[in-house]
Amino acid sequence: MVATGAVVAPAEKPAASSGHYRRSWAGWGFLAPFALVFALVFLAPIAYSIYLSVFQDKLIGGNSFVGLDNYKQALTDAAFYDSIWRVSLFLVVQVPIMLFLALLAALAIDGGRLYGASLFRISIFLPYAVPAVVATLMWGFMYGSQFGLVGSINDFFGISLPDPLSPTWVLASIGNIVTWEFVGYNMLIFYAALRVIPVSLYEAAAIDGASEVRIIRAIKLPAIRGALVIATIFSIIGSFQLFNEPNILQNVAPNAISTQYTPNFYAYSLSFSGQQYNYSATIAIIMGLLTMAVAYVVQLRGMRKAL
Amino acid sequence: MIIKHRRLLRAVAVSVVAALALAACGGSDGDKPSASGGADDVKAALEKGGTITVWAWEPTLEQVVKDFEAEHTNVKIKLVNAGTGNDQYTALQNAIKAGSGVPDVAQLEYYALPQFSLAKSVADVSAFGASSLDKTFTPGPWASVQQAGGIYGLPMDSGPMALFYNKDVFDKYDIAVPTTWDEYVAAARKIHKADPKAYIANDSGDAGFTTSMIWQAGGQPFKVDGEKVTIDLADEGSKRFAGTWQTLLDEDLVAPVQSWSDEWYKGLANGTIATLTIGAWMPANLESGVASGAGKWRVAPMPQWESGAHASSENGGSSLAIPEASKNKALAYAFMDYATAGKGVQTRVDAGAFPATTKEISSPDFVNKKFPYFGDQEVNKVLAASAEDVVKGWSYLPFQVYANSIFNDTVGKAYVSKTPLEQGLADWQKKSVTYGDQQGFTVN
Amino acid sequence: MATTTALRPAQRARSKHSFARPRRSPLLTALTGLVMLYSLVPLAWLVINSTKSQDDLLSSFGLWFGDDFSLFSNITDTLTYDDGIFLRWLGNTVLYVVVGAGGATVLAVMGGYALAKFDFPGKKSVFAVVIGAVAVPGTALAVPTFLMFSEMGLTNTPWSVIIPSLISPFGLYLMWTFATDAIPTELMEAAKMDGASELRTFVQVALPLLAPGIVTVLLFSMVATWNNYFLPLVMLKDPDWYPLTVGLNSWNSQAMTAGGDVIFNLVITGSLLTILPLIAAFLLLQRFWQSGLSAGSVKE
Repeated sequence: MVATGAVVAPAEKPAASSGHYRRSWAGWGFLAPFALVFALVFLAPIAYSIYLSVFQDKLIGGNSFVGLDNYKQALTDAAFYDSIWRVSLFLVVQVPIMLFLALLAALAIDGGRLYGASLFRISIFLPYAVPAVVATLMWGFMYGSQFGLVGSINDFFGISLPDPLSPTWVLASIGNIVTWEFVGYNMLIFYAALRVIPVSLYEAAAIDGASEVRIIRAIKLPAIRGALVIATIFSIIGSFQLFNEPNILQNVAPNAISTQYTPNFYAYSLSFSGQQYNYSATIAIIMGLLTMAVAYVVQLRGMRKAL
Repeated sequence: MIIKHRRLLRAVAVSVVAALALAACGGSDGDKPSASGGADDVKAALEKGGTITVWAWEPTLEQVVKDFEAEHTNVKIKLVNAGTGNDQYTALQNAIKAGSGVPDVAQLEYYALPQFSLAKSVADVSAFGASSLDKTFTPGPWASVQQAGGIYGLPMDSGPMALFYNKDVFDKYDIAVPTTWDEYVAAARKIHKADPKAYIANDSGDAGFTTSMIWQAGGQPFKVDGEKVTIDLADEGSKRFAGTWQTLLDEDLVAPVQSWSDEWYKGLANGTIATLTIGAWMPANLESGVASGAGKWRVAPMPQWESGAHASSENGGSSLAIPEASKNKALAYAFMDYATAGKGVQTRVDAGAFPATTKEISSPDFVNKKFPYFGDQEVNKVLAASAEDVVKGWSYLPFQVYANSIFNDTVGKAYVSKTPLEQGLADWQKKSVTYGDQQGFTVN
Repeated sequence: MATTTALRPAQRARSKHSFARPRRSPLLTALTGLVMLYSLVPLAWLVINSTKSQDDLLSSFGLWFGDDFSLFSNITDTLTYDDGIFLRWLGNTVLYVVVGAGGATVLAVMGGYALAKFDFPGKKSVFAVVIGAVAVPGTALAVPTFLMFSEMGLTNTPWSVIIPSLISPFGLYLMWTFATDAIPTELMEAAKMDGASELRTFVQVALPLLAPGIVTVLLFSMVATWNNYFLPLVMLKDPDWYPLTVGLNSWNSQAMTAGGDVIFNLVITGSLLTILPLIAAFLLLQRFWQSGLSAGSVKE
């Protein structure tokens, strides 16, 4: 119990000492370049979308103001609810698995107990660097139950694995691709955060003879809480905006992945195949509000202690 | 800023002039505007020269552009591959909406053309001389570019369907090449029984294929009369197709492999996909994509619904069209005419394209050409005959691009679950009707 | 305060040798090895298949080599296909990465520093606004953005790709949390006391301490820009301005075109070549996690 106090105390101190510099407009000076570009590429299109969302443009009949009709339609749209439910399920299952694996890998590499740590670091990060086109080809091959890898495994062992591209399994297959891509990405975030923990904290722990597990729980995890919260928030946003992977896999599994598979996919199909820009904008705005609400709750719970 | 304003001014000026020119030759009223005036415009534009942009993914156009520029040294053509099919339509739609960056000529598949012509996004080219091209093109494609008395594009190629088959597989199991769809089903059973890894065909639900099959079966599920649209995917022809295909699906006789994937090319190469019922543009793809299949493949007429009949349909094929926003329509038409009805046709045929022009399709050189890849078979004979046999009276929806995009959401269910094909078609119809209504059409 | 002295660079640099290096563990290595295997198997597919000709691709098993070893001819073909357009795409990509990702990192570092170390009017709403904006699905914003950029005459120019890449919301937050933990306010106060300007304090005091974070953000922005696909697809129509991803995809879709040249082998080899520069950048940058560049803020 003595150890606990000694170990925890320093962990909190940097946070205390790194409080805000002072109140001044200088902060805006540093933030201004970001803010300007951000307004141009995010805020302006969003404002435009809000404007679009109260109109309706028809192939026959042209453009007309419809007030909140698009929103009413969205709130009674079964396909939209379906897609939200699907990404929520995805969020609850995939995000924890991915972040856990990433954290494990980061701690292992940071702990200095691995042979060839830098090899691990780059290998696990690499999938993030694979372009989408290639991912299509690769996973199309891996998941192919006719002539692909799954097909070969079935032949070789004389078994019959479930078809990863069947409607039942395809969400899990997508989860696998997302995990594959982003474990390394999240690992690097955690790893970089672990690297800035002051050595003095470990020294204190070493003097107290704290075990590895103890050090992780009492020093490392609290110290990277900010990174953990950030990674969680962005994973939530990523899940709600799930698009690339289902879009890629749709090429090989068109019947299992509908054009309304995820909210973002739905918005994309509306806008790009259906030219329903207005309804698409509506869906986007609603999803934005929803995602923001969820992210905000997570941030309130997690960040307050960290900052 | 100054530059921008100038550009804007110039754009306005040019479009005003263009509008006046069009009005002058009477493009707006009457069925047949003075064709000679338009044709003169084209001649004048060619003499004046200039630069036009062409959006197309068709590879054979590259040589055509070079030849055209050599012939008309004061014309510069920017050939841009702005994506294949849907990607390009989206880009075109966006450019039209933005009112800038619109090309002067765009490649549009026949199924996509009505969507653009109905919204008047592409120009009626009758006035430029297209109305005199009546006998130039084969009937199927020629009908596809017309709507309500206007001509909205010129046919570039066509895809009369035929049965491409791997002779080795049929010989190995001693199976006769099917001439009817009943024989086809029987052959499918034999092949799959002889080798459980082999299938007569692949099909994972493809809107273009399904509509072409319904077309051949005599169905007319889509009828368009101006803004009035009728969708009936339970008509005689649709039911006929659905019945036969349901058997194939129920007995797992078609490989669940997506066309154009590498798995598909693999199946075509190793004999596990034994046939393709597909458009006449396929030979070039087989030659380059499945080089190892040389000598194994042959082409036969499409299987028939009634023994001894000669019915076929079109699968794929594109036209070239001129977006309404083009600033140099006359010059654009000059190129379009060259590429689809002039010297460009032969250039493209030599590079492997399947023509939509009566002259080239019936020329002895074309018909008698021996294809080493197909064991020296005179493939074009079969394909040209198919072009003659295309069932008349077919039309696509004025929102077919969208309808096709939701095909797998609805009909696709029949391929991966117990949902019957007919149910899938009914769902497809329902969703398409809803969309049509939303877009302001009067549907059903 | 005790921590202040503990965090002084000089002192920490000294103390870093006194902290014992832990023993290496074969078991842990094996476990992490499983994660690594999971990451690498699909990539092995890529490497193996880039040694195959188009014909071998179709006739041989995916996770083993084909009859011929065609890696070098594939590389030559990739680099020379269509008058060497691949190299042009590579050049474009490098341009987008250098300007876009470089710029994004600069903006994120400055912004994150501001959020972490200054108190200014409106600061509290910055987080909400950025998260809120990021939460709106990007695919739905593509068309409005396209229309806006078109109005400004930016579409079909490199700017239409570069300007949106300048924003990395994630980078901003990463830098915010990093700066909060890594820069002791006392150091800044001290610099101020010595008469340094805000900018000088930022460059000379803050930047070195932020090195691991900067490298991470730079790496992420580089990869994101390098693999940027959707935006250039919407914005660019001229193949001369394509980045590699859009170019490779146009090669890939040739296989779906009537009369198109089927060149999966070049797509695969091209993809491998596309990843290589990223690996090189990673290897170069990872030194900054380990070296003493950031003085005391990095242990080991």
